[in-house]
Amino acid sequence: MDGLLKTPLFDAYREKAKIVDFAGWALPLYFEGIIPEHHAVRETAGLFDVTHMGEIVVSGKDAYEFLNKLLSNDLSTLTDYRVQYSLMLNRNGGTVDDVLVYRFSQDKYWVIVNAANRQKDYNWIREQAVGYEVSVNDLSDSIAQIALQGPKAADILNACGFDASEVRFFHFAENVRIHDRLCLISRSGYTGEDGFELYMEPMDAPAIWAYLLDIGSAFGLKPAGLGCRDTLRFEACLPLYGHELSEDITPFEAGLGRFVKLDKEDFIGKSALLEQIAGGLARKLTGFEMTDKGVPRSDYEVCKDGRQIGYVTTGYFSPTLKKNLGLALMDHDCTAPGTTIDVMIRGKALKAITVEIPFYTKKYKK
Amino acid sequence: MTILEGLYYSKDHEWVKLEGDKAYIGITDQAQLELGDVVFLELPEPGDEFSAGDSIGVVESVKAASDIYTPVSGRVVEVNAELTSNPERVNEDPYGSWMVVMEIADHAELDDLMSPEDYKAYCGQEE
Repeated sequence: MDGLLKTPLFDAYREKAKIVDFAGWALPLYFEGIIPEHHAVRETAGLFDVTHMGEIVVSGKDAYEFLNKLLSNDLSTLTDYRVQYSLMLNRNGGTVDDVLVYRFSQDKYWVIVNAANRQKDYNWIREQAVGYEVSVNDLSDSIAQIALQGPKAADILNACGFDASEVRFFHFAENVRIHDRLCLISRSGYTGEDGFELYMEPMDAPAIWAYLLDIGSAFGLKPAGLGCRDTLRFEACLPLYGHELSEDITPFEAGLGRFVKLDKEDFIGKSALLEQIAGGLARKLTGFEMTDKGVPRSDYEVCKDGRQIGYVTTGYFSPTLKKNLGLALMDHDCTAPGTTIDVMIRGKALKAITVEIPFYTKKYKK
Repeated sequence: MTILEGLYYSKDHEWVKLEGDKAYIGITDQAQLELGDVVFLELPEPGDEFSAGDSIGVVESVKAASDIYTPVSGRVVEVNAELTSNPERVNEDPYGSWMVVMEIADHAELDDLMSPEDYKAYCGQEE
């Protein structure tokens, strides 16, 4: 693990977790195991170190105007202390990154970016900002982030002395005291469950991590790794950049059209997307369930009648649904639910059937 | 990590238990610890013939697929079908979870495998 970046929590779990290299960071793949941690998040709660996520602050007189040009979602619907999911597109309509935008005021926003894209995003944002009266700063090194996810997450925060009902879904609160240390808390996450993301000073992170685990143990809280973070987001069909999204994949192809507002004023990628819509989508992200025995994996070919029609973006044995499921980017003509397809697994064509997504939906209070 | 006496061990972390000309083959405790939760197994058919070092199947954990290599040459005489229905048994009881039984041709191949003591030292080196 030499040469890898380490979060301020590394010493808290280095002996307790299987550590892997993720985008240059030494992070836990799992503590006890991917499956038990997955079930803990679905049934009680899990605690994740997500300090590797990047935080870029955009501020200044033109911040609103600039971000509304930079991002696909409609920033005019975002009010103070609310969070919005959005896509940052290139001029071809492909995806530079998918981001969360936190609005502090008309003049100040946080843009939360993927760890693997942090430098690319920062450079891209700065290039696009030319001509706007804004400042763009990468705060990632001075912010730690912990995600508390699962149906017991609100109860755990209540037990920590914070009234979780004060923060509704995709809202946030600043200067919340947890264990006498200040946090910014949003009700958001990447698991398909109710949950919170806590941002704090790196030096405060170990004490908050230990305190949450201590208070949470009575509620069934477990430390959880990136392994189950991926299986959880997969079941909920939340995209992972590099799999369901890339510079060559547009939001419409990825099924994220609801986060693209073509009726707002111009934004980067808009004209390319209008062309794509006018010409009809050639390919689309589709869910499928294996009917033959086999686990689909990223990059496996998808075929129909002996012809390749696409490829798997993510596949797993789903711990919650106990089925072999996959997401694939494939020819639009073959995406109707109930279509029989072949997934090429180790040279064999194994049968699967396309299904509605998301695979898993939790009814929690939003 | 558990290493049983009376078994032969390969560098790819398979174990072999010999009964006459029959070799029971599975993966070691170290292998299942390294893999994590096993969710899927693909095994050969009875009658299939393999040389030592061939891939005879695949064990899949949540994250990835890994080959299973036979440490000895021979013909598959039996496959553990119960295990393909309950792959989590590999984690719960790796040495009770034989995957295939091979009828082996050449007992001398066993000399190339490790004793429990050597395998223990080998696992220590890998860490």
